[in-house]
Amino acid sequence: MNIRVATAVMLVSSVALAACQKKAPEELPPPPAATAAPATSTAAPLGATVGTQQHFVDAVGQSNTVVYFDTDRYNIDSEDSSKLQRQAQYFAQNPSVSFTVEGHADERGTREYNLALGERRANAAKNYLVSVGIPANRIRTVSYGKERPVALGSNESAWAQNRRAATVVIN
Amino acid sequence: MKNALIATFALFATPLAAQDTEADLGQPLPEGGEVETIESEGLTGSVSFEGNLDDLGIAIPGFATDADVATPANSRGTAALGKELARVITADLRNNGLFKPTGPDALPQPSFAQISSPAWATWSNRGAEMLVHGYVRARSDNRLTVGCYLYDMALQSELVREGWVVQPADWRRAAHKCADLVYSRLTGESPFFDSRIAYIAETGPKDNRTKRLAIMDSDGANHRFVTTGRSTALTPRYSPDYSKLSYLSYVDGNPRIYVYDIGTGRQTLVTQNSNPTFAPRWSPDGRWILYSMAVNGNTDIYRVPATGGESRRLTDAAGVDIGGSYSPDGSRIVFESDRSGGQQCYVMNADGSNQRRISFSGGRCATPEWSPRGDQIAFTNASSFNIAVMTPSGGNVRTLTNGWQDEAPSWAPNGRIIQFFRTERNSGKTSLWQVDLTGQNLRELPTPVDASDPSWGPILP
Repeated sequence: MNIRVATAVMLVSSVALAACQKKAPEELPPPPAATAAPATSTAAPLGATVGTQQHFVDAVGQSNTVVYFDTDRYNIDSEDSSKLQRQAQYFAQNPSVSFTVEGHADERGTREYNLALGERRANAAKNYLVSVGIPANRIRTVSYGKERPVALGSNESAWAQNRRAATVVIN
Repeated sequence: MKNALIATFALFATPLAAQDTEADLGQPLPEGGEVETIESEGLTGSVSFEGNLDDLGIAIPGFATDADVATPANSRGTAALGKELARVITADLRNNGLFKPTGPDALPQPSFAQISSPAWATWSNRGAEMLVHGYVRARSDNRLTVGCYLYDMALQSELVREGWVVQPADWRRAAHKCADLVYSRLTGESPFFDSRIAYIAETGPKDNRTKRLAIMDSDGANHRFVTTGRSTALTPRYSPDYSKLSYLSYVDGNPRIYVYDIGTGRQTLVTQNSNPTFAPRWSPDGRWILYSMAVNGNTDIYRVPATGGESRRLTDAAGVDIGGSYSPDGSRIVFESDRSGGQQCYVMNADGSNQRRISFSGGRCATPEWSPRGDQIAFTNASSFNIAVMTPSGGNVRTLTNGWQDEAPSWAPNGRIIQFFRTERNSGKTSLWQVDLTGQNLRELPTPVDASDPSWGPILP
């Protein structure tokens, strides 16, 4: 058990490092947590069951569940693609899991446009996942526009955290 | 234990989309009664006052009654109701910012007989240039008759009169109609007080806001919540005849436009389709609804008959084409598109042909709304987040507001006032505001809770 956790930690770290080489991280990598061992099974070490958000987060790491966008943009950059590849790895290993990509915008936009922009961001993430082999029929998208911020300030750093596409396993 | 497990599974297995799409609707709304116009006499005489309207003193004493009887409109009797009518008219004319009205609480009460033959001496030493008189009478069929007279003090003559028969529940409409009569006679503008506003009522912290569809009269009275708040509701629009409300709801988990029928209390999807739909807009004649639909992330504008039927796609540019507001004659549509990079405003014919960009003055142009008069388009400058107006060809841009974030303009029925919502920095609190087409008379419209997405309907039928 301990060995498996250690292996998992190394895997998470290497993914995080790979991302760091291309672009300075906006936040530190998450504390090492247990994750699914890729080669073995769908059972997470800490006991979360397949098909739950916890199992997904444990496996890929919280920071890999969300990709971020520049103002008014929806393109997938290299940091985003390494996160989405990690997600794709998980969903390939857990073929029974369907999931949702939520698209969001920051508050500095008009309401209706932000709904459309969030939809575009969710679809950009979805299209990337489909391009690396995840069947489209397992992926639902939903836009919340600017209606569900995670960072509550009215400043650049808060807005950067809110321009996002978050992958969630809803059960 | 086993049964419990099965029950749990069944709960999870039920897709949200299959649940009742009306689960979020609250108590049914009462349908408004009809208002019958009587005693309408054309314009008589000319207005003697020649100064600025905002210096114009208007005396509005309590409306008189022939017999003081309790009615469902006011249990204290028609005399008390007469004072309330005058208070509503006074508030309308004062909040409009154009006049200096004096209400019934500071004035003597005229008798019923004096309504059609004013005691001039009583009013001439009060500094008022105009005098509003009126009466209210309980009818045998339980309805109310309300009469409204406008007199020019200098000429000692009647300028206009009108009367209405209303249901007791609609008594405030008679007051708004009187305010409209006075306003129109003195300014030459079309009426706007007898109208309603649909909006989104907001409560709760910034990261967990409850957003409910709500409606109210143009002065904020008769406030009602339409949805319970279990699902997020956004961007409502009244149909031109006030029989329906179209709005966005997440009731099935996805952003979708619904058309809520006030009479039946039922609602239907604007289009039977699994794609997200946004930004509902009615045509001025009520025959069409515009909506915007995202397909694989690309949003375009569609038109569907209000009675249901096949949708027609009006735009096909790559990017976000959204919103849309008809010219008053229904022949053209102004909409928003980011096909050139950022959000800009475009005009097209009602069938989608001849699309051309009209905004070139710098800054992003969003949420364009065609004035009911046809000569102006209001929009959100989505770079500075202020409300501005321009001509339908994009000229003569004038910025009217300067809040931290102002957006979503909506015109008063007469095209003289623009309503919008203002978001406060950091707290995310929202409120409704009004400003004149001239940029004057900026004021907040009080609402019971925070408010956004105002939509001002036309004059009530």
